[in-house]
Amino acid sequence: MPNELATPEVVTRELTYAEALREGLAQAMEADERVFLFGEDVGVYGGAFGVSGDLVHRFGTERVIDTPISELGIAGAAVGAAITGMKPVLELQFADFVTLAMEQIVNQAAKIRFMFGGTANVPMVIRLPGGSGTGAAGQHSQSLEAWFAHVPGLKVLQPSTPHDAKGLLLAAIDDPNPVLIFEHKLLYKTKGPVPAAPYRIPIGKAIVRRKGRDITIVGTSIMSIRAEAAAKRLAGEGIDAEIIDLRSLRPIDFVTIAASVGKTHRLLIVYEGVKIMGIGAEISAMIAESDAFNFLDAPIARLGGADVPLPYNPILEKAAVPQEDDIVAAARRLVRDGRA
Amino acid sequence: MVRASHTQSASLGRSPEQRPALAALHNETLRAALVKMHLIRKFEETAEASYARGLIHGTMHLSIGQEASAVGATLPLRAEDYILSTHRGHGHCIAKGADPGRMFAEFFGKENGYCRGRGGSMHIADVAGGNLGANGIVAGGLPIAVGVGMSIKAQKQDRVCMVFFGDGAANEGAFHEALNLASIWKLPIVFVCENNKYGMSMDIARAMAVANVADRACAYAMPGVVVDGNDLPAVAAAALQAVERARGGGGPTLVECKTYRLRGHSKSDRNLYRTKEEIATWRDKDAIRRLEQELVKSGRFADADLLAIERAARKTIDDALEFAMASPDPDPRELTRDVYAE
Repeated sequence: MPNELATPEVVTRELTYAEALREGLAQAMEADERVFLFGEDVGVYGGAFGVSGDLVHRFGTERVIDTPISELGIAGAAVGAAITGMKPVLELQFADFVTLAMEQIVNQAAKIRFMFGGTANVPMVIRLPGGSGTGAAGQHSQSLEAWFAHVPGLKVLQPSTPHDAKGLLLAAIDDPNPVLIFEHKLLYKTKGPVPAAPYRIPIGKAIVRRKGRDITIVGTSIMSIRAEAAAKRLAGEGIDAEIIDLRSLRPIDFVTIAASVGKTHRLLIVYEGVKIMGIGAEISAMIAESDAFNFLDAPIARLGGADVPLPYNPILEKAAVPQEDDIVAAARRLVRDGRA
Repeated sequence: MVRASHTQSASLGRSPEQRPALAALHNETLRAALVKMHLIRKFEETAEASYARGLIHGTMHLSIGQEASAVGATLPLRAEDYILSTHRGHGHCIAKGADPGRMFAEFFGKENGYCRGRGGSMHIADVAGGNLGANGIVAGGLPIAVGVGMSIKAQKQDRVCMVFFGDGAANEGAFHEALNLASIWKLPIVFVCENNKYGMSMDIARAMAVANVADRACAYAMPGVVVDGNDLPAVAAAALQAVERARGGGGPTLVECKTYRLRGHSKSDRNLYRTKEEIATWRDKDAIRRLEQELVKSGRFADADLLAIERAARKTIDDALEFAMASPDPDPRELTRDVYAE
């Protein structure tokens, strides 16, 4: 379903990213008894980041299920429920804890359909709060989404706005495949317009947040927000940046990126995961392997996480991931000096 | 049938009654069980021979010697019940009612195999028949069983899920997480450990500080039952009690079948970790011959009946092999099909 709203009369309110997710979960559970939410402290606690909130009171403990701290077990439980007719939504408390659940996600969920010759589907959603900026240090701040974008059989989403958070969540719940949604911890309290009725944002479609002529900046998750802020400052310097919010890592919307590069002739990719071997490398290679390469007037530039575990100290923590100033500087260098 | 050597959970589950396990089974049930045991044995012997002749690539894990546990455990299951299997899963698959022809076709990587040649021996799944798949990861099926149990409960279905695993899997974290989850949520699951004494080469006595895998059941407040895994009626009796308990809302049970794989772990195995004498001892406890002798001794079957059963199984497997060998290979143009559902 394209970016259409379900009702002709659109009621839109300001909601936080967390509220938008909660509304999406509630609407999915109201519409389909097969949908249930489970995870650590999603019940009366309301979720570590407050996403599930009061859902347990609205849907009861059989559909909003607190689990023991058993990430591998509950990830496998999602797989088992999905292949036998349910639509589980699993919340992993921090994205970092996915390391404890890798086996079930990578070996089981991603491969069952293919290995079974197409005789089973695995319609499950895993929500993962990721990203740095909360002073939680190396084991609670990572951006691991690129790992999963490397696995055939999975879909990987990164909503950056409350609107996209709800729309992509509802699309993910509808999807007959395992979908991982990497939410960003710093975004949960950010506000934005969210239509009240249920709606779906197509998976695999990037969105141009700002049109521009001089440079394409592709951002993922919070980096697309920072890129938009950077674009406003760049405009003051006479640099007209086009901002693309990737939204979906797998499948990736290469068409939108290539079309933009064909227009601006410069490409900067900004993401929070460790810079090397990451999403920036993939996009750069896709451009290099395509006709879009011929349009480039400057090398492709990447801004990503520093090659370190996320540090605790706030000054170091900020220095470890791209900030607005870094994006402004990198774009300026690319446009003015023609170098990455 | 022996109860695991713990006392803590004595009040939580009844010990399987000491009943004449054989007498409890009807002749037709026994006949069907024996047919399946022969099918499994002949399927695997034929698979082994096909390897030797270079007809199959990849690897395989044979369960020759373990037939009574696969067939006995699944005897109380209904068609709509689920099983989850292991890398040593041919027996479970046949026991749950799969067609050996489509199994062989999968073995041979053929388009009309159970997984269209995409999974092979280690991933055979017969979803329509309630077999949610063999699994190449040790303990991989255990957490999945938890979700199947949740699903059955949420949909208020009258089903149970039986998950097979080996002694090696009992030392994976997934085993402990799954048993705990199944118990706290009282899920309709039967955990069947086929303890064949070795995790590849690692003797269970060196790998585990307790004497029985079933001893661990008490940590999860569920009944733990040890049974002679080469004694079909005994396995069936233990499984029946566990299945009835699961179906009745009583929650999960851990059944440990003590058995032995007569072949090596896989085709690379040179049996350096066990003696010929040990293997010979277990060959003497062969589950098929043992059951046959018991059936004749009890006067319920004649030698001629048994011969006819074995002969029919031979024919089924010969036909299955022929079907597989005549089956088409997958088309490389369809390589990326079914990575995603539309």
